[in-house]
Amino acid sequence: MTTPLIELVEVRKDYRLGAAVVPALRGVTLRIDRNEYVAIMGPSGSGKSTLMNILGCLDTPSSGRYRLNGQDVAGLDDAALARIRNREIGFVFQSFHLLPRATARENVELPLVYAGVPRAERRRRAEEALAAVDLADRLHHRPNELSGGQRQRVAIARALVTRPSLLLADEPTGNLDSHTSAEILALFDRLHADGQTVILVTHEPDVAAHAHRILTLRDGRIESDRRCR
Amino acid sequence: MPLGATLAEAWRALRAQPLRTFFLLLATAVGVTFLVAVVSLVEGMDRYVRDVFGREIYGINTVIVRRRPSIDVDNDEVRRRAYARRPRLREDDAAYVQAKLETPAVVATMFDDAAEVRGPRGRRAGNVWASGVSASYFRVQQMELAQGRFFSEAEAARGEALAVLGRDVAEALFPDGGALGARVHLDGVPYRVVGVLAPRGSLFGLSLDRAIYVPARSPFGRLRRPQGTVDAILVQAAGPEWLSAVRWEVESWMRLRHRLRPNEPNDFELETADEALAFWGRIANVLRLALPALVAISLLVGGVVILNLMLVTVVERTQEIGLRKALGATPRAIVQQFLAEAMLVGLLGGLVGVGLGLGLAALVRAVSPLPAAVAPWSLALGVALSSAVGLASGVLPARRAAALAPVEALRYE
Repeated sequence: MTTPLIELVEVRKDYRLGAAVVPALRGVTLRIDRNEYVAIMGPSGSGKSTLMNILGCLDTPSSGRYRLNGQDVAGLDDAALARIRNREIGFVFQSFHLLPRATARENVELPLVYAGVPRAERRRRAEEALAAVDLADRLHHRPNELSGGQRQRVAIARALVTRPSLLLADEPTGNLDSHTSAEILALFDRLHADGQTVILVTHEPDVAAHAHRILTLRDGRIESDRRCR
Repeated sequence: MPLGATLAEAWRALRAQPLRTFFLLLATAVGVTFLVAVVSLVEGMDRYVRDVFGREIYGINTVIVRRRPSIDVDNDEVRRRAYARRPRLREDDAAYVQAKLETPAVVATMFDDAAEVRGPRGRRAGNVWASGVSASYFRVQQMELAQGRFFSEAEAARGEALAVLGRDVAEALFPDGGALGARVHLDGVPYRVVGVLAPRGSLFGLSLDRAIYVPARSPFGRLRRPQGTVDAILVQAAGPEWLSAVRWEVESWMRLRHRLRPNEPNDFELETADEALAFWGRIANVLRLALPALVAISLLVGGVVILNLMLVTVVERTQEIGLRKALGATPRAIVQQFLAEAMLVGLLGGLVGVGLGLGLAALVRAVSPLPAAVAPWSLALGVALSSAVGLASGVLPARRAAALAPVEALRYE
């Protein structure tokens, strides 16, 4: 096969709490290919949030190597990391993180603004992305005028509008009821079927069951790496 | 990040929190308001003083001889006594200078005193400036008549009891008109009105029209100045090109007249409009520099207010900043966003201040005798300073925002 999308080699992350050094990741080696659908599971404190932050280039490893889409990410500065996040990664958060004063379309446009895309193209692509999550009729609604499921779909449209190589979702159904959760997970299934690489962080087994591969972390190490289906 | 999007974002942030925006704008608007208003007043005063000093008081191309300076700033006792020892100026000094002058010029004399003027039917005008003048005085001061005539050299020489009234006095004594040829009493002596002056306006709130002019040698003059002394000798050059020659000649003849030896200082003052204006110019320059300096202090305070509000904003928007970073905002884009907001605040505050300043200047002009002339440079300066203050105040908060770690910021509640 070609180069993997994600390649982690012996990645460690230590946090300093005063004089004490708290290890969050104790050497993670991992390879994820394009169009995989991976769930990362583990109890709280297992290091799954830290792993997700590093995968999302929101944080950098203390040691080890991280190659994303063929590019070495470990030594990059803030501005370079920001550009990688903008180009390669689409984030979906548990609490949606939409700008409350902006409309759905403006929220979706935001990553394109930072990518320097001209206004007219920004609008067109934002509208397409919203249509792809069945929100074509909610372009001018503000987040407080939308339901929880709709908000999360706006956030997914925002994550996809840059056509990232990786969709990274952190507990995307944590704030949703079971019916809406099912809707969102069905959407992820569809995106994956269309070729999108998806990484999902969750502690719910039935959410993780949608993935084709389940990584379980414990004490900063990968405890198990199962492929299902 | 495109500039348009940055500004649109800043504008949206300002609209989202109207109360906060109000205080942000107020921070610089107050300083700019006073800058514009104060500069307008100084400029207005400047124009007014030049106008009034140049035309009304000194007269054009005129050298004025006085016993003591008309503007004396360090008013100390020693100097005052020295002035008091100087010889008084007399009408025959004026005649002497007139006779000796070789440069083409007109010589006039004047003295004035407060007096009461009575008209028919018991009407009276108190606190009038009554001036005993030579006939040439009207010409030197470029006075204009509304009706009648001035008195002639011959009439003045004979000391005839003729009077030219200022507009206010004429209206007070003859509300229905008919002043010409009528009789008024000055110091109890009857005078015949031969002319009424055109209105001349006021100086520092004192009306120049509350005046009466009579020949220096008429009964009023013989009563008030029995020795034939005068307050001022005015010598008007025939044109601006003669002014310095006239000044030099007048000084020389007066020194000769007072028998001063070459090493002795003048025992009289020579004044021209330009010299008085130079004095005012110094005051105006101090005001032009000092007042904006005070305004600058208030802008500095405004800057601190903006700085603080923006720092609070950074904390309030921590999560939003984290999100923007996650979506690909570079530190530079975050800095730009906050700087744009701070500068927009300064710019808008400056514009509001300019508006309020113009209003304040107009208000002062309307309710007080102080004039106000808007100086365009003060408007530009106000907006520029205010924008600069906004921008400068935004630097620290912007940097703090840009330095936030995205992980921490996203997790911040």
